[in-house]
Amino acid sequence: MKNIKLLILGILFGIVLSKAEIISWYRIYEMFKFQSFHMYGIIGSAVVISFFLMQLFKKGIIKDEAGNKIKIQEKEKDFKRTFFGGTIFGLGWALSGACAAPLFALLGYSFLPAFIVLIGAILGAFVFGLVSKKLLN
Amino acid sequence: MDFILQPWPWYVAGPLIALVLFLMFYFGKKFGVSTTLETFCTLSGANKLSNYFKNDLKTQKWRLFFAAGIFLGGVIAANFLTPNQSVNLNPDTVLEMASLGFADGGKTFLPKEIFSLEALLSVKGFLILIGAGFLIGFGSRYAGGCTSGHSITGLSSLQMPSLIATIGFFVGGLIMTWFLIPLIF
Repeated sequence: MKNIKLLILGILFGIVLSKAEIISWYRIYEMFKFQSFHMYGIIGSAVVISFFLMQLFKKGIIKDEAGNKIKIQEKEKDFKRTFFGGTIFGLGWALSGACAAPLFALLGYSFLPAFIVLIGAILGAFVFGLVSKKLLN
Repeated sequence: MDFILQPWPWYVAGPLIALVLFLMFYFGKKFGVSTTLETFCTLSGANKLSNYFKNDLKTQKWRLFFAAGIFLGGVIAANFLTPNQSVNLNPDTVLEMASLGFADGGKTFLPKEIFSLEALLSVKGFLILIGAGFLIGFGSRYAGGCTSGHSITGLSSLQMPSLIATIGFFVGGLIMTWFLIPLIF
């Protein structure tokens, strides 16, 4: 039952990504060319609203459904890792016009080509896993 | 009803994404999609090759349901909620696309020069698709998150690593869009 809730939440997220054209290659190109406010408005407003939610989580005003305090995991402080990893990700984001979540929604629009991108992404995650020990030391 | 069928503006989409984030945390999970790629690796048997992928699949199962939902959301939106797939781009963007050889800039969500069977079946087109995917998968795991985990969850909880990652996303994206895409196409 718990997983069904996440399936439904995923459906909502997939529809939002599609209907707001976040999955459109052109929208990502336009964003990186600073030719439209659209994507900045989406990410910016999501961050601002989430900032207030995070405050409510931290203060324990909003708890999770089981009544536990919601904790936000601290991201690892490693400049090299986040910066270079981020840059590599950005190259792929701009070339494919999709970040991780849109990859799944795109399958509904352009099945085979999007499937190849997804396979590439899984391969990329796999290769990272294999070399992670060397890269992170 | 018509409102749903039109493209959704940023001030509808942004708050809805924050709602998704809220519900993820409310359900005791977190808002991060790229880890799902690792779950797929574990599912495919990568745990036999590297300890990195030795995760308890039971605790990761929710990710597969969430990803399956995103896929279904895309299918629903594509088939029932998007009667017109044209994207209202900046006219400058359309002109630039044309000069790069993209014929129908913004007439559909995706350029057929990248996302079509024809492109897929060419060596160059195939390499673009699988290579772009590889960069997304490798980079997001190296960075420890993607747009959802770093740029939204991390930035909104004021985490420095997420700011650095997001700057990295833009450095990579700008290099690709301004310098490499004109070379590739």
